[in-house]
Order: sequence, then structure tokens, then C-alpha cells
Amino acid sequence: MSAPFDAIVIGAGHNGLTAAAYLARAGLSVVVVEQRDVIGGATVTEEFHPGFRVDTFAHRMGPFSPRVFEDLRLRTYGLEMVWPDPARVAMADGRALSLFRDPSQTAEAIRPFSSGDAARWPAFCRTVADAARLVDAVRQSQPPRLPDPGLRDLLRLAAIGLGLRRRGKRAMAETLRLLPMSLADLLDDWFESDVLKGAVAGAGLPGLMQGPRGAGTAYALLHHLAAGEAPGGVTLVRGGTGRAAEALAGAARAAGVEIRTSAPVERIGVRSDAAVEVVLAGGEVIPARRILSSADPKRTFLTLVGPEALDPAFVRQVRHIRMRGACAKVHLALGELPRFPGIGGGDAELRGAVMVAPGLDYLERAFDDAKYGGVSERPFLEAVIPTLTDPSLAPPGRHVMSILVQYAPYHLKAGAWEAARREALGDAVVAVLAEYAPNLPAAVLHRQVLTPLDLEQRLGLTEGNIFQGEMALDQLFFMRPVPGWARYGTPVRGLYLCGAGAHPGGGVTALPGYHAARAVLRDMSAS
Amino acid sequence: MKRAGFDAIVIGGGHNGLVNAAYLGRAGLRVLVLERRHLVGGAAVTEEVFPGFKYSVCSYVVSLLRPEIIRDLDLPACGLEILPLESTFTPLPNGDYLVRWADHDLTRRELYRHSPRDADAYDEFGRLMHQLAFAVKPVLGMIPPDVTSFAPSDLAGLLRLGRYVRGLGADRFHALVKLMTMSAADYLEEWFETESLKATMSASGIIGTFLGPRSPGTAYVLLHHYLGEIDGVFRAWGFARGGTGAVSNAIATAAERRGVTLRTGAAVARVITRGGRARGVVLESGEQIGARVVVSALDPKRTFLELVDPAELPGELVADIRRFRIRGSSGKVNLALSELPDFTCLPGFGPHLRGAISISPSVEYLERAYDDAKYGAFSRRPYLDIVIPSLIDPGMAPPGKHVMSIFVQYAPYQLNGGWTDARREAFGDTVIDTLSQFAPNLKSAILHRQVLTPADMEREMGLTEGNIFHGELSLHQLFSLRPATRWAQYRTPIAGYYQCGSGTHPGGGISGAPGRLGALRILKDLRQ
Amino acid sequence: MLRTTPFHSRTALLCQAQNWRRWAGCVVASSYELSHDREYWAIRSAAALLDVSPLYKYLVRGPDAARLLDRIVTRDIRRCAVGQVMYTPWCDEAGKVLDDGTITRLDEDLLRLTAAEPNLRWLHENSAGLDATIDDVSDSTAALAVQGPASRAILRDALEADLDSLRFFRATRAQVRDIPLTITRTGYTGDLGYELWFDGRHAERMWDHLIAAGQPYGLTPAGMLALDIARIEAGLILIDVDYVPARKALILARTSSPFELGLGWTVRLDKGYFVGQRALRAEQARPPTWQLRGLEIEWDALERLYAEAGLPVELPAAAWRTSVPVYAGDEQVGYATSGCWSPLLKQYIALAHVRAPHTAPGTSLAMEVTVEHRRRRAPARVRELPFFNPERKRA
Repeated sequence: MSAPFDAIVIGAGHNGLTAAAYLARAGLSVVVVEQRDVIGGATVTEEFHPGFRVDTFAHRMGPFSPRVFEDLRLRTYGLEMVWPDPARVAMADGRALSLFRDPSQTAEAIRPFSSGDAARWPAFCRTVADAARLVDAVRQSQPPRLPDPGLRDLLRLAAIGLGLRRRGKRAMAETLRLLPMSLADLLDDWFESDVLKGAVAGAGLPGLMQGPRGAGTAYALLHHLAAGEAPGGVTLVRGGTGRAAEALAGAARAAGVEIRTSAPVERIGVRSDAAVEVVLAGGEVIPARRILSSADPKRTFLTLVGPEALDPAFVRQVRHIRMRGACAKVHLALGELPRFPGIGGGDAELRGAVMVAPGLDYLERAFDDAKYGGVSERPFLEAVIPTLTDPSLAPPGRHVMSILVQYAPYHLKAGAWEAARREALGDAVVAVLAEYAPNLPAAVLHRQVLTPLDLEQRLGLTEGNIFQGEMALDQLFFMRPVPGWARYGTPVRGLYLCGAGAHPGGGVTALPGYHAARAVLRDMSAS
Repeated sequence: MKRAGFDAIVIGGGHNGLVNAAYLGRAGLRVLVLERRHLVGGAAVTEEVFPGFKYSVCSYVVSLLRPEIIRDLDLPACGLEILPLESTFTPLPNGDYLVRWADHDLTRRELYRHSPRDADAYDEFGRLMHQLAFAVKPVLGMIPPDVTSFAPSDLAGLLRLGRYVRGLGADRFHALVKLMTMSAADYLEEWFETESLKATMSASGIIGTFLGPRSPGTAYVLLHHYLGEIDGVFRAWGFARGGTGAVSNAIATAAERRGVTLRTGAAVARVITRGGRARGVVLESGEQIGARVVVSALDPKRTFLELVDPAELPGELVADIRRFRIRGSSGKVNLALSELPDFTCLPGFGPHLRGAISISPSVEYLERAYDDAKYGAFSRRPYLDIVIPSLIDPGMAPPGKHVMSIFVQYAPYQLNGGWTDARREAFGDTVIDTLSQFAPNLKSAILHRQVLTPADMEREMGLTEGNIFHGELSLHQLFSLRPATRWAQYRTPIAGYYQCGSGTHPGGGISGAPGRLGALRILKDLRQ
Repeated sequence: MLRTTPFHSRTALLCQAQNWRRWAGCVVASSYELSHDREYWAIRSAAALLDVSPLYKYLVRGPDAARLLDRIVTRDIRRCAVGQVMYTPWCDEAGKVLDDGTITRLDEDLLRLTAAEPNLRWLHENSAGLDATIDDVSDSTAALAVQGPASRAILRDALEADLDSLRFFRATRAQVRDIPLTITRTGYTGDLGYELWFDGRHAERMWDHLIAAGQPYGLTPAGMLALDIARIEAGLILIDVDYVPARKALILARTSSPFELGLGWTVRLDKGYFVGQRALRAEQARPPTWQLRGLEIEWDALERLYAEAGLPVELPAAAWRTSVPVYAGDEQVGYATSGCWSPLLKQYIALAHVRAPHTAPGTSLAMEVTVEHRRRRAPARVRELPFFNPERKRA
């Protein structure tokens, strides 16, 4: 048996690769083991039809950590982020509403729908930005040990609190009020145009098993925003989000990380409460001094570690993590660009996310279906046409459309996710889009549908939850992944979580991986 | 001997206004309570709507009346008697039923019949809730700090809160965070598998809210069930002898014994302010009454937007109050009955009729009831919380006859097309039809029927939008945010003008806590 | 209606005192006769028949059955041989006692757990990943204890079983007429005794059969009051009385570890993972703060206290179950949780939690007694448990 690695990272998604790169830069010997034959995890760009490539899972970036981008010099490894403007264009009643990066430009776009809303938009952007600044500060730091924080935690919390307070009493009050709200309550406070409300709500809802009336959904809107970004901001990667993973892998390899694909982990070996090795499906045993799992917490603890050696209270907490999958993906290979008569601005207008989220009730009704275990009859859609950013993803003149479909619950009340159901979902999505882009059905050369079950099977995401745990108020910050274990360490000594299941959660941010690596290095210097 | 002139005027003779007045009177102030209607009590009134039949017209059970108020005001000596409501009976559409009895062993046995594991879980759940209820009690009795302020008193309040949180210990703190943020359905899902048990328990989380059992933020009301028991004074729910109006009357008596003057039929038109100070009130009759303290027990919308000129208030507060959510979601049906309902699943007379009867067969049933309301309709199959007060207090109905109080959810104030007489009757029919499915003799037993929609509650009780809690109990409208940040300390921007209704911390229900905390704030301010 | 045991039709007829109490949600007789004296003496001098059906009983089956129980309790169940019974406590993650009971290995992959509290949920929560099924047989299994010096002779006559070779804490199967049963040489009296486990449908016939077979030997139905005295003499702790199960403790100070309850001998830290292992390992490294001990109140001193009030000593007829302060000098160093006059030992005895360093046998302490409405302190001596341990128990 070979000498143990300093660290094994399970999963070559963006978080696993980030953690590996940071550990290797600190001088550790690191191996990353990935079950698939490609790296990237949920940030992967693959050919789904000859000559057509698409982001199989995540088709846009979260607010990707600028620090990780700089530290790991990802630009030199080929990561080029693109900020389309308008970020989103929302289809509604034969018209379209675009959300631009500049609030005043968006205000003009809102004016035909409601002049009052147009006037209120800049103030709304400021309110959201104040709150997003707080969320960003929290995101950039590790969760405190609550309810009994250490001095360092306390100072950090105080700094975050004061940072908020410095923006004024009103801003502080607005932020505190906003955080636990529902998107519907928040938007009803500000606006009258249902089209606008739908467009903004649609920017917060992806991945959630909640409708716009669910308390805590306002937070989700902030979660997707970088500090200072206007509501609805979208970040794409030229060439697909797989490029982000490749860049991270490049940085990791350069730091000395070994990346092994087609190496599915069967279990994590634990001896006297400490993680000591990883056992691959073939039986190969890889010993290590510590193990970082970017698999979701349920998979990590209930499958890879196994519940036998864990305290029942901890197992109960892990079991209770809600991670109901809510979305499906539909990928279209297109012979020509879809033509949306409602959109005036030409192809450039389509570079961001094209949304079917025409109102709060529309979204809520789509969720109602899922609440009872059905697929939305009229789903909420977020589509991206990556070929407008990088034409090389398809043959010349052809296009690709990547569509996030919500709601498609993992747990169906009746029946299972079999082939017929999958195709019915694909038909429904194309039909809904065709209402806004009549040329679409004829343009479809090929269609791929991925259900939540597919997400689970292909990626190992339990229940197909793209966030590795719902981003609900009780599953965030010091409560993520479970209360008492929010600082990346686990009850198993030497085992860490470094995926989206840990703070600050889902989205392509690289932050869980970054914080986890820091936690490992902190523990090493403490011992 | 009454001298002319008052130190304080309390607007609104509901239970919070009366508690507030009694505490002020107890401190030696000359207090006048002004009530618009012909009787005091507000939403806690007993009225003989049909000869011989007395209804707790609106609010119908007492659970959280603060024991310190009962002691401080010596309410039992003023006629307060609270009789326990011992069981919760949930008839089920499949012909079965679920009852939770006052006796632990009986309840365990009944739960065991449905799910042996749930029987174990119920005990553990109860113990955790007990602990948490014990833990939150100090918060309910606390004047919320203004979190945006650097004033020493507010910082001290924050510090106290911090110390309190620290003292909870990790397990309770985390459990409390979960309770505050989760939906009742998700929270209960972690514990139980019996659908009717989860539904009936989660129902307590949705009462008075415009939320469904699956909406985050509904879990913490589960605690309320265990708060009463902690005090060892009542069981979870009680029923006042003479109806909930008797609670108001007892407090009114206590107030009068402390020198408070009560005037009914005295609707206040507005508060007189001069130089940024409250100076008294003007009645709708035009009569002016002066006082240096004016307290509003009305809801925040009336307190800030109607009783005073919003122009005198900071624009931010006016904006906050305008967007304060106060959507009414419930209705009430009061019945006079010639005989008791006979439930198919548990026929005949039995102790199950003496407690609460809950039509809440499944979480999905409740959630679908909510779905209807979301889109502006009353529930086709509503959640019903029923009590038969005449079984506990025979004086409520003529001998052999009964009164039945049915709390109904959801009935949105903003009904599509608005509430009309025809819609009110259709709503009443829906309620009766729903209950008749379980107790088929009901229809023929009805002697009289009174139906109250949220619009009726607004008109009759002065509850804006018919919201029984003076504002929804959603997370962003609690504690330091109730009714608005910076104004959650019972004061208002107008010196000498205070608030003490359910629209302030800790919110609705017949607790009297806002009235008491408001009075404590006023007395403290007067001393300085 | 509350639950009754499968013997209720028989016990109800016998219960002259109409003195019932609740045990695990069942009504059971406190005493059958108007006073429990004769029932107590039956335990010590002849034999008593006790209905112990309210115990919670779980059958754990499957290849991982022993592993499941081993994961929960402090003793090493993998070493429990078929036909062996083990007494054991079990703990929460913090190493605080949740409950105590017995585990009988009926077969290689079939074990029965008895418990004082419901444990179905706890068993399920710990069974993740294990191949074991759990049956709650609390209601369907009847249990009778035959306790006392004559118990072996009675059962030898009544049952077709080889009792002479059945050692202490061993189990055997038997048959009486068409009724299959398990016999364990266990009990809660500290005396020679057996417990019989069988399907509740046969309860009445079994009762009648035993009463008939036992009559020549003086077999007497006994209730909970007599049992309570016997178990204090035997130094056997009672949940909710001598310790607060961790689940019910509102504060940490109310919980107890096995070490503090005199059950350190059951804790096998060297076995595989079990719930509470980490905490108990840490605790074992330091001497326990609290110890459960016997207290023997000094009779002459007690007589003097009463004599000062002009009274002879007056003690309650039944065992008491309240918390009573224990002192060393003026400092409170513990509390007694149950006590009684031992009719056999002619001593006033108690079970007490005593803080180090006052735990050594022979240490002189004092227990609070109320003499004519006044609180006094009666000198008492620390004793090893049990107070009474006859050779016949194990012979």
C-alpha cells in the first residue's frame, strides 16, 4: 500500500477542485477522485447531439468568488466570465420585459408596464443591494459557532452588523425585514406590474422547492447576486460552465493535485472515529490523513460513511436535511434561433436568461402542482442560448438552448420518472416556449430531457437537488448542513464537507470549497 | 370622587386596552377607556345573538392569558373562571378518528393505534416543546429592542437577548431556530408519520395567518400549545365560563376597581396632537377629552393612519404601516343547536365532544384549503376548529340545547368579487356541508346560524381586513419588527401617544401581553 | 379506558384493597390484600406471583439483531450466548442513562429487550443500515414473575422444564400443556426467582395453573408495594425514582451516567461503537462525582430524635419515593431517592446519590427526617449495595 495522501477530495466539481487547489498550494499532497469519466460535477459542458455541446447541469454561474478567481489565476487557465446585458428577458402577454445591469435602463423597460413601478425600480435596487451586501459578507466568512460564539466569531459578527448599520438605520431595518420574507410579499410591497414581479421572482426561484409565496424566498434572490449587482443578474461562461471546472482543474494540477476520473468512491473507511481511507468501487483502497467530500451530506454520511458509526442524533439530523429536487433540464439542438415576436431588441437581447415567469400567480400555480407531487402543467422556465455567447458550441448557424424547468418534483405522487413521463415533460416545455417563439418546435433538431431522477443518477445528487440541500432559512449559514456542524468539520475526525451542502450553499461560487480548505488548514495549524 | 380630566385615555376596550388601562390605573393614573361599541371586549365578547343562546362571537378559546396578569389584576376575584378544554378530536373521512386526550396514557394508546412510532415520538416532541416554551417565555415578556439604535437601553436589550440566546445551549437554540423558520408541516414531518396527527397539530400553526401548513414560518406557533401548560395554571386551551366576553368583563371589573372609567358607545374620531405631543382625543360626536397620554389598542393601520394625521409621522413609518400585512383569512360560524352533533366515526355522546373538534384530516387537505384562498376564494373544503361551549358551561344555552362555535379557515378578506350577503350564506353553507359529512345530524339540529366573514369582523369589531391578530404573524412582522422596526417599543413618533394592541409584540390571541407591556413602557416613560 | 394487563380478569377479583396504580399506561394492583405485609413476606419466605406484563418488550430479529442492540446498550451483546440474559442500561450520545432493562438471547438472531420506557423509536433510529426487524410485543406478551425461596419447587411442579440446571441470568424454553413459554432466571427482588414470558392469549390459563401448583408452597399474588420494598433491599434502581432518564431531564444536572448509578460494571468501552461511547470513555478517565450508595440510618440515633419529641419511632408503612437531603456535617452532599423500613433486616434503609469524597462504605453521613413536623438529621452510614443478597439467588 502506498503512503497516505495528505488529503483526498471526493468529487471533481467546482467546489472539490477549489478545495484541492487550495490545499495543494499550501503544500499538501492531494488526490481528487471523480466517479464520472469527466470532471466538473454539476459544472460540465458535454456533447448531447453530434456537434452540439451544452451545460448538462448548471448553465450559469453563481456569484463566483472573485478571490478564488484571483488566487488561482483562473483567467490564465481559460475561465472567461460574461455578463450579458440585459441579464434577463421575461416573456409575458405578447410582450417582453428586460432586466438590465443598469437600473435606469431597466426602469425604462418597465415603464410600458407601469410608470409607478419604473419610478420605484431604482430604490428597489438599492434596497436589494443593501441586503445583498450583507448576504455577501456572510457568504465570504465561515459560519460562527452559535449560540456560543468565540471572540473571533463575535468580532466578525459585530463587523457584519456594523457594516450593515453604517448604511443607515433605514437600510438596516429594511434588510432585516427583507431576509425572512417571501418574494411575493417583497414584490407586492414595491410593485403593481405582475410581469415585473414574475420576472424578479423568477430570478430567485431556480432550484427551490418553494413558490414565490414561501417565506425565505426573498433571501434566494439575494443569494444569486454578487455584491452591487442589480436584481436578476446573470453570469455566463464563454464555452459553458464546464470551462470553469477545467480552469479550476488546471490550477489544481499546476499546484500538484492528482485528478482521477472514473474512480467512484464506494465508502469512506473510518477507524476509531477517524476517517482514514477511501475505498473505490473496484476495491482499491486509498489511505489519507484527511478526506474532503464534495458529495452531498446525505450521500456522504448515510452512504459513504454509513450510519453505523455515527451518533443517532447526528444521523437523524442528516436524514432530516430537506433536499427535494425541484427542477429538470431540457436541452435543445436548434436549426435556427428561436424568434420571439415580443422581444424587440434582436438577438443580443437573448444573450442572458430568457424566462417564462409571467406573474406571481403563474409561478405559484406551477409550484402548487409540485406541492402535491405533480409536474407543473404550465412550468416556469429559465432558458439560456449559450451559442450566442460562444458559437463554437454548435455547428455554424446552429444553436443550443439550455432550459431549466420548474417544477418537476423528484417525488412523484403517482407513477415514476419513466421514459414516457420524461418525453411528456419535454413536449410541455417546448409547447410553452412555442407560445412565445412560434418557430421553435420546427427548429428543434434534437432534444434531451434530464429529470431530477436523472440528475441523481448521473451526478449522485441525492433526490436531484441541485443545491445539495434546499436553500431554506432553516438550512442556511450556521444551520447548514446540520446545526452544530456548519464549520466544514464533521463528527468523523479528519472528514470534511466541501460541497454545496455546506455554507454558503448552492450555485457556482467555489466558496464552500474555499472555506472547507481554510477550515482544514486552520485545524492543521491548531494541532 | 372623580376629578375632571384624565391622565390617560385608552382607545379601544378590547382585552389589551382593558389590561393596559388596569395597569395604568393600578399605578395611580386616572384612566378613561373609550369603546366604540355598546359593550367592552373587542374581539373577546360574549353576546346573546339569539334568545337564550350566548356566543363567544369572535375569539372563542383562551390559551395564553398571561398568569402574571391574572395575579396582578386579581382576575379570579373579578369573576374569571377558566375551564379546561381537554381533548382534540379529529374525525377522518375513512370512518376512523384521532383523539388526543388530556390524559397522557390515553393519548399514547390512541396514537399507538395509528402508529406505534408516533406514540413514542409524541412524548419526545412534547418534552422538547415544553423545554422550548420554557425557553421562549422570557422573550414573550420582553419589550423588543430597537436593533438599529445605539441608545444604551436598546444596546442593553440586545445584550440581554444575546446572553439569553447563549444561555439556551446549542440544542435548544438550534431547535428554536428551526421552529422559527420552518413550516409546520416540514417540522412535524421530522417527527411523525400519522397524517391526521400532523395535520391537526399543524393547524394550530396556521390559525389567523394567511399561510398554509407548508409555508415556512408556521412552525413556531406549535409552541403556543405548550406555553399554557408550563405555567401550571391552565391546560393548553381553556374556555372562560360565560364565554370569552367574561374574560373582558373580568378585566374591565379589575380596571374599574382600580379607578378606571369605562365609556362605551364612544367612538374616537382622532387623537388631538399639538407640538408633536398627544393632548387628548376627539370623539365622533365632536366631544373633546384631554389627557397627557393617549394609548391606542387598535390595529396599527388605525393607530397610525386613521387616528392621527399620517403627515405628522415620519414617511418611513407611514410606508411601513401601509405595507404591514394584515390580510384576514378566517371566518366564524356560530350555531344554536337543538341537539349535539352525532359523529359517524364515534357515535353518540362522549368526552370527545367536550374538547376541540378539528376538521383537519391531512396536511394536503389544509394546504388545498389554503390554495383556494391564495387565489381569492374561500376554501371549498375549509379547516374547522369547533367547540361546543354549552357542554363545558351549560349557562351558554337553554337547558338541553347547545351552542357551537366554528372557526373557519380560509376565508380571505379580499374575496374575488367582494363579500356579499349571498356569498356569506354560501360560505356558511360550505362550512355546514363540510361538517355534516362527519356528523350527518347537524343540519337538522340547527336552530339558528350566525356567519361572520372577515368583512363582518372588520365592520363589527373594527378589525382591519378582519385580521384577528391585528397583523399577520409572519417572520418579518414579529418582535422588533412588529409593527415596524424602530417602533416596536409601544411608543410612536408622537410624544405621549402609545400603542398596546395585538399589532405589537408578542401579537394576537387573548394573552393581554401587549396591553401589559405597553403599560409598563408608559409608566417607565412617565417616571423619567 | 386505560389499558389493563392480560391477567386483569384474575387480579381484579383478588384485589381486596382496590388499590391500583399506573405502570406504563396500565392499571396494576398496588396490593391485593388490605396491607402489603404478607405479600412482602411471601417474596422472602415462600413465593410471590407478580404480574409484570406492563414492561415494554421488543423482539429484535435478523442477522444484525445482536449488532443493533450492541450499538445501543453499554454491555457487549455480541458476547451474549444463546440462552443468556444480560442486564444493561443504555445511554444517549452524552453517555447519560436513558433506560435500563434486560436482553435475552433467545436464538442466534432473535433477542428480546425489556425496558421501562417506550423504546420503539430509539430502536428504529439506531437500526439504519442494519438487517434487523423490530417487533413491539409489549401488548401481546404476558409476563409473570415467580419470586422467592419456593419458586423453583413451584415451577418444577408446574412446568415441564429443567430448572435445576438453569443458572442465574439464563433462559430456557418450556411448555406447559399446549402453552409454549420462555423462562428466565431473573427478577426484581434480589431473591431466587424466575420470570415467565408467553403469549397473552394464554394468560388466564397460565395464572390459574400456577396458582394451583403454587398453593401447597404458599404462592401468593403480590403487588407493587411489596415489590418496592424487596427491590430496595436488593439495591435495584427504579427509573423516574432513583434516576431521571436523560430524555426527560430538563437540565443536565438531572441526568446520570452508568458510572454514577453503580452500573460501571456494565460499560464495555472496548467493544465497537455504541451510543454514548465517546462520552463514557472521557468520563471513565476521571473519577465520578456522584455515586449511588446504600444508606443505613442509625437506629439508636433515630430513636433518640423521636424520643426528644416524646415519641417512639414512626416510619411509613410503604417505601417512599421522594428526594431527601443527605448531609456531611452541615454540607449537603447528596440526596436519597427511595427508602423503606426493611422488615427482614430490621433496618431503615435508603438508596442515595452521594457526592465524592463521601462515598466510601462506612462513611458517616446524615439523612433528613421529619420528626413531629420538624426537620432533623438522622445519622446514617454509607453501605455497599445490595443490602440483602441471599445465596439462594444464584445457587
